[in-house]
Amino acid sequence: MTGIRFRHVAVFAAALALGLAPAAAGAKEKVKVGFIGPLTGGTSSNGIGGRNSVDLVVRLRNADPKAKYEYELIVLDDECKPNIGVQAATKLGANKDVIAAATHYCSAVAISTVDVYHKFGLPIIVWGAVLPDITYGNTYKEVHRVNGTMINQNETAAKFMTGLGYKTWAIIHDTTDYGKGHNKYFTQYVTENGGKILGRFGVTSDQQDFLAELTKIKSLNPDVLYFGGLTPIGVRIRAQMEKLGLKAQFQGTSGIVSDTFLKGSGPLAEGVLAFREGAPTEKLPGGKYFLEQYNKQGYSDPPEAYGAFAFTAMTLILDTIEAVGPDRKKVRKALNEVKGANAVDSITGKVAFDDHGQNTIAVITKYVAQDGKWKVWEDSDYAKGLRKLKGK
Amino acid sequence: MDVGLFGQYVMNGLMLGMMYALVAVGFTLYFGVLDVINFSHGDVLTVGAFAGLATYLGLSEIGVSWAPAQLAGVLVVATVCMAVLGAAIAKYLVLPLKAAPPLNTLLLTLMLGTVLHEAIRLFYPLGANPQRFPPLLPTQAYSFGNFTLRIDNVMLLLAGLGVIVGIHLVINKTKLGLAIRAVAQDEETAKTMGINFTLIVLITFAIGSGLAAFAGILHGLYYGEINFAMGLLLGVIGFSSAIVGGLGNIYGAIIGGFLFAALQTIGVVAMPFPSAYKDVFAFTVIILIMAWRPTGLISEKISERV
Repeated sequence: MTGIRFRHVAVFAAALALGLAPAAAGAKEKVKVGFIGPLTGGTSSNGIGGRNSVDLVVRLRNADPKAKYEYELIVLDDECKPNIGVQAATKLGANKDVIAAATHYCSAVAISTVDVYHKFGLPIIVWGAVLPDITYGNTYKEVHRVNGTMINQNETAAKFMTGLGYKTWAIIHDTTDYGKGHNKYFTQYVTENGGKILGRFGVTSDQQDFLAELTKIKSLNPDVLYFGGLTPIGVRIRAQMEKLGLKAQFQGTSGIVSDTFLKGSGPLAEGVLAFREGAPTEKLPGGKYFLEQYNKQGYSDPPEAYGAFAFTAMTLILDTIEAVGPDRKKVRKALNEVKGANAVDSITGKVAFDDHGQNTIAVITKYVAQDGKWKVWEDSDYAKGLRKLKGK
Repeated sequence: MDVGLFGQYVMNGLMLGMMYALVAVGFTLYFGVLDVINFSHGDVLTVGAFAGLATYLGLSEIGVSWAPAQLAGVLVVATVCMAVLGAAIAKYLVLPLKAAPPLNTLLLTLMLGTVLHEAIRLFYPLGANPQRFPPLLPTQAYSFGNFTLRIDNVMLLLAGLGVIVGIHLVINKTKLGLAIRAVAQDEETAKTMGINFTLIVLITFAIGSGLAAFAGILHGLYYGEINFAMGLLLGVIGFSSAIVGGLGNIYGAIIGGFLFAALQTIGVVAMPFPSAYKDVFAFTVIILIMAWRPTGLISEKISERV
């Protein structure tokens, strides 16, 4: 089982094998835990994947005869809309029977609900939203997050790129919070690692023509063009680089790790680098185990990219409740102590929170576009030296 | 700044200006003959580009793989389809509202534009995503220092120039052009002279929309990418160019288009503020010019003053 201890699960597996799973469940005290995510609307596939993954944790735990409590999962839909999210958060917070919750895939929703959780003293773990301010914009002891943020992403990106020997960068970023955040954090980490930013260009997210900016960049002659923004303008910039004969290596962010970027850029996508929080589920330390269990339950939808993080969030919540009892304050305190030497193992790797409740050992995956697919860097021809990045 | 770099900026600006000018000419044609502002013009351009892309995919499907034939097919189908669409817009939406206040036409075409680009987003396969436009022209590039000259860019520039010259000839040297100018100058008198007013309006809309389709294909070939929202900003910029040049005057529209492209390029290259402000800069200058010359740089020969 991939070298990581899954105590409860191992016991459960044994119990299942012996066919005495639900035996002593009836006598246990009932404890309620919550889940909020987008179950309808454009991002619902991610929300449903998260919901199923959390449900899986609860099912496994309830089938475990060693568990002290019987858990009931309360699922609410935030529709990826801040106002609906606040309603759902208030509903969970006001229900004193709910001890803790795994919440939110959408950043805009998570950032508007953290105040609610603080007001009601409900400990939560964010399982999918990536905006740094969700944890770093406040000092709420209730708010935690298991997945990484664009800060971790850019730290990894900067270290990796300077490690490859690149020295100079030009930055194009869109002028939304997303693009500005990438510009800020990448600049910070790349400078720390000895890289140099030759020029930075803010662009609007509906801009068509980047040739003026790119011509200027061409005259600066950087090793790498860093793009902090989303797929649509990423496609345009990549195409227009070619028009100008701009030979810099193209480096993107999580915003371009999509099939749309590959389709839109066609052969020009080859060799483009990008970084994203999390990892393909099967690459995670406990990914194989997670997928096995997930598939056993026969859910009709896949877990999607963040299902494993939702699984980790709920596992952490249930472990904590098992340890300190069903009490919001005690659970909050215990979660805040998950740090440093107290880091815990999970299927997504180690989890340790900093003072803001942010997981500091967040998984970041490096991707390179190869033959029209996003390949994990370590498995790519580029890492093996069979193909070369620009300027190498 | 070295010569190569300067040359590159000029080349970029010329291509951008060509596209703006083609869109602006459409606006100014419509205003000339009918005194209406057709805000669906930018979205007609988008539909034209997608019609071109669909034609390309269709031709590839039936085995036509010779690039010049594909290009000809794409151009003909897109231009003709959009000309028909433009004439239909004029016949069924704009002309019936001729007696209504001009605001109604403006609002109607604005809504039509939304319908057009939303229809692409919803009904074109994966229409919400950016679509790759195939390079149908030779892509050889020659580098002179910082200046990269691409054969396809030169061809696009020449083609655009050719179309603009063509429009100039049609308007000034043909009977059709004479009729268009007559209608633009005085509808009533033109009618009494035996000019078929409705037909001339339809033809003018067909020409303007065909130009939009051509600009859409140009956009696709130049940037290698099209998307359902590309007409929105192009429409606004084309309209501003037409206004600043003098609405109703074709040369004004062309000058306005190139002026706007020049301003955007200068906004990135020569201004001390971050490049994100280039549109702010360009539109501010346009506002100042309009304050200075309210009827545009080249105003209509006969301005209606009340």
